[in-house]
Amino acid sequence: MANTGSVTQSFRHREIGLTDETAVQMYVTMLTARRYDERSLLLQRAGIINFHVSGIGQEAAQVAAAFALDRDNDYFLPYYRDYGFVMAVGMTMRDLMLSVFAKAEDPNSGGRQMPGHFGSKKLRIVTGSSPVTTQVPHAVGIAYAAKLKRKPIVSFVTFGDGSSNQGDFHEGCNFAGVHKLPVIFMCENNQYAISIPLHKQVSGHISDRALGYGFPGYKVDGNDPLEVYRIVKEARERAVAGEGPTLIEAVMYRMSPHSTSDNDLAYRTKEEVEAHRDKDGLPKYKQYLIDCGLWSEEQEAALLKEVNRMMDEAIEYADKAPFAPPEDIMRHVYADDEGTEGGR
Amino acid sequence: MAVMDYIDAIRLAMKEEMTRDEDVFVLGEDVGLKGGVFTTTKGLQEQFGEERVLDTPLAESAIAGVAIGAAMYGMKPIAEMQYSDFMFPATNQIISEAAKIRYRSNNDWTCPVVIRAPIGGGVFGGLYHSQCPESVFFGTPGLKIVAPFTAYDAKGLLKAAVRDPDPVLFFENKKCYKLINGDVPEDDYIVPIGEANVLREGDDITVIGYSLPLHYALEAAAELADEGISAHILDLRTLQPLDKEAILEAVRKTGKVMIVHEDNKTGGVGAEVAAIIAEELLYELDAPIVRVCGPDVPAMPINAPGEKYFMPNKDKLKNAMRKLALY
Repeated sequence: MANTGSVTQSFRHREIGLTDETAVQMYVTMLTARRYDERSLLLQRAGIINFHVSGIGQEAAQVAAAFALDRDNDYFLPYYRDYGFVMAVGMTMRDLMLSVFAKAEDPNSGGRQMPGHFGSKKLRIVTGSSPVTTQVPHAVGIAYAAKLKRKPIVSFVTFGDGSSNQGDFHEGCNFAGVHKLPVIFMCENNQYAISIPLHKQVSGHISDRALGYGFPGYKVDGNDPLEVYRIVKEARERAVAGEGPTLIEAVMYRMSPHSTSDNDLAYRTKEEVEAHRDKDGLPKYKQYLIDCGLWSEEQEAALLKEVNRMMDEAIEYADKAPFAPPEDIMRHVYADDEGTEGGR
Repeated sequence: MAVMDYIDAIRLAMKEEMTRDEDVFVLGEDVGLKGGVFTTTKGLQEQFGEERVLDTPLAESAIAGVAIGAAMYGMKPIAEMQYSDFMFPATNQIISEAAKIRYRSNNDWTCPVVIRAPIGGGVFGGLYHSQCPESVFFGTPGLKIVAPFTAYDAKGLLKAAVRDPDPVLFFENKKCYKLINGDVPEDDYIVPIGEANVLREGDDITVIGYSLPLHYALEAAAELADEGISAHILDLRTLQPLDKEAILEAVRKTGKVMIVHEDNKTGGVGAEVAAIIAEELLYELDAPIVRVCGPDVPAMPINAPGEKYFMPNKDKLKNAMRKLALY
């Protein structure tokens, strides 16, 4: 990377209110999510787990957004690629591995749902499903409840570019705009809805749609975590001040296939993927931290070693952990089911 | 105790629950200032304010989805679908979300939402203001479904639905709004979800049904009594979960059973009731099970003869009941 050592360039994080320590912590979280994701792909390819859906290339924006929120009080409605996001708000490596191994102790669903279908009431990560975009009206409902209860919180919801075409996106945004609700909509525009490229899904800009709902919309480089942080933080300030929602379109690139069931080279070229690898937010942010004197290759090596150790430990734990008893599938249809004692 | 119209009983239930619990709120199209297209929510906004009686944009999936989100936060929303014919855009939210939230989160998150929707025809509503969509949702585990017939049950079941920890679809019958009335206590009571109710004791035949057609069944039974035919009538009240014991008990009473509903015959609630009876006490039956239901056509027309042909009525039921009694 070229010398970016000018004072204004090197300390952008301080200008937007991030301490050096937090700026580094963001990188640690991004890299941890990346390594988790890569390992899960390997586990699936090795036949150890059944399925993985990847978020590689999206971690920078995910983690930056999470750090801009009130991680102790806000409500989060992530979508299925948001490993960086959920790690940033408190989900552990062990939690995630329990989920990919579909074990009883998985805090997301007790091994019921596919990996990437997050949920944890304790962490205020709202349970999600597979039909895309249904979480958008939920985020609006939570924001409405917060308004009714006079709580100074926001709900933060993510979804992909494909989801931006669903009715629930439009209905949710419109509702939130009418009632000026404290909700932040962040589209992780990774350029693909499985095989359908952006230009076959959307003819304008997703961020411009905010105009029609009567609130601000921003298009931001999703590979620039500091810019994402700044925009989300401002959106949060407006939301808690009663100024209503914000739509953020974070532009990035889905570097992995849609899921482990997908062969992406059937619809895009290796060259295209490689070209985007050069724009990856992680190495760029790492270089920024190095330029600021906050990070080094030695620290990187030590971190990777530590992350690998954590992963090995989590995998071993999850692999050995028991499945839920098969007859447990009968439980928790309703509150009054026999044996209902609050799940975990 | 006051004699009250069915619609007033529904309104009173909401009023009482909103007074009792500040987390209860109502949302839907035209529910606020206008008080609902049927006046079901009339006066509520005046009493509880715009925030708790919320006029929403015309978008049913958002009405359901926003209510579901608020319910997951811990509120007790009552979402109104203006006509049940228009709740299909919200079906994904109801079936994929509300019904599965507790289950998919392994009992971590819950969704105590109530979705009210007026069902049924006989009001010259044509194809899209007359439908009975029960069978679309029936058989979706995770949902509770109630469909009251009496004014007393309308109030008591709605109050129970609001207090229920799981999602409840409340199918109120729009023709019952002013047609059906009865004693409704002004005090706090609930009708438990999952319990059927015997409307009339009898010895010769058993009629099992829910909602408006029971009105015609009661009229027919009164007339058949003059002919010496004694009809036992069971109101299911809750469609999901069905009160299996009450169904079996009512069938044992006479050994001859007729099932009635306005929703079309194929795949309707009556099919499940018939299957339960066949599984449990086939050899106690003295006649084949009879179903009197809406015909298997997409929906009823607006023209009067066509609508009448579609709808159950006293004469259709009386003839079918007499035939069954004489079998």
